[in-house]
Amino acid sequence: MEAVIFFLAALGAIIGAVGVVALQNPFYSVLALVVHLFSLAALFLLLTSAFVAAAQVVVYAGAVMVLYVFVVAYVGGGGEPIHDPIKGQRFLGILVASILFIELSAAILSSALLALGTHGPDVAAGFGDPAAIGRLLLEKFLVPFEASSLLLLIAAVGAIVLAARKREGSEAA
Amino acid sequence: MNIEWYIVLSALLFGIGAVGILVRRSPMVILLCLELMLNAGNLALVAFSRAVGNGQGQVFALVVMVVAACEVVVGLGLIVAIFRRKLPLNVDDLRELRG
Repeated sequence: MEAVIFFLAALGAIIGAVGVVALQNPFYSVLALVVHLFSLAALFLLLTSAFVAAAQVVVYAGAVMVLYVFVVAYVGGGGEPIHDPIKGQRFLGILVASILFIELSAAILSSALLALGTHGPDVAAGFGDPAAIGRLLLEKFLVPFEASSLLLLIAAVGAIVLAARKREGSEAA
Repeated sequence: MNIEWYIVLSALLFGIGAVGILVRRSPMVILLCLELMLNAGNLALVAFSRAVGNGQGQVFALVVMVVAACEVVVGLGLIVAIFRRKLPLNVDDLRELRG
């Protein structure tokens, strides 16, 4: 049963990823990414990390994708030229990425990680649930937690500065 | 399922994202492909967290999510600013900063 869910979710993730890359209309790319993110959330659940899966659905598939849809609707999709500016760019890109994939897989599979070939150790029932993650975030990882909140604040201010309309009398941004 | 299935899947998704970044020219789609690569990294982090039996990798994945959200916000702000100035939304034409 676990294998069936894994292969379904992995298939969804791969199809979503290929859709993002291959679809010409950015709006469809965003929708393909939503499929990809939901499949990844299922994989996270299989890895007994419930809180990360929930955050994936709420933060990514909810908030970030809505932002994307708004910007795509505002800017308008399409207009990407079909021809390659560099000859054979498409073929070269796929070749380089295939080499990258083989390299990464070989590096992982030939490493001496003890957990390879196992399901991982048996974990207690509360592994990866919100209580456990919250305890880690507020005790052991308090400084990174605060730093990431500061980073979010800076990004929000930066987005406002970048995207705000120029007001009359203000210097040219 | 064994851990290495998740790791190899994450490498595959990372490669697909890399293809997108190398091949596509619309900055919006390039940002989407960056998301693909960051999510592939997240999958590997969560898989390793499960392999070790320790929740710290999941905290790492959450921080990656935060960084990805920031990157999206700033990137989309840049795209909106480019669009307002009636510049072409094509990374091959936006090359004034190139050395």
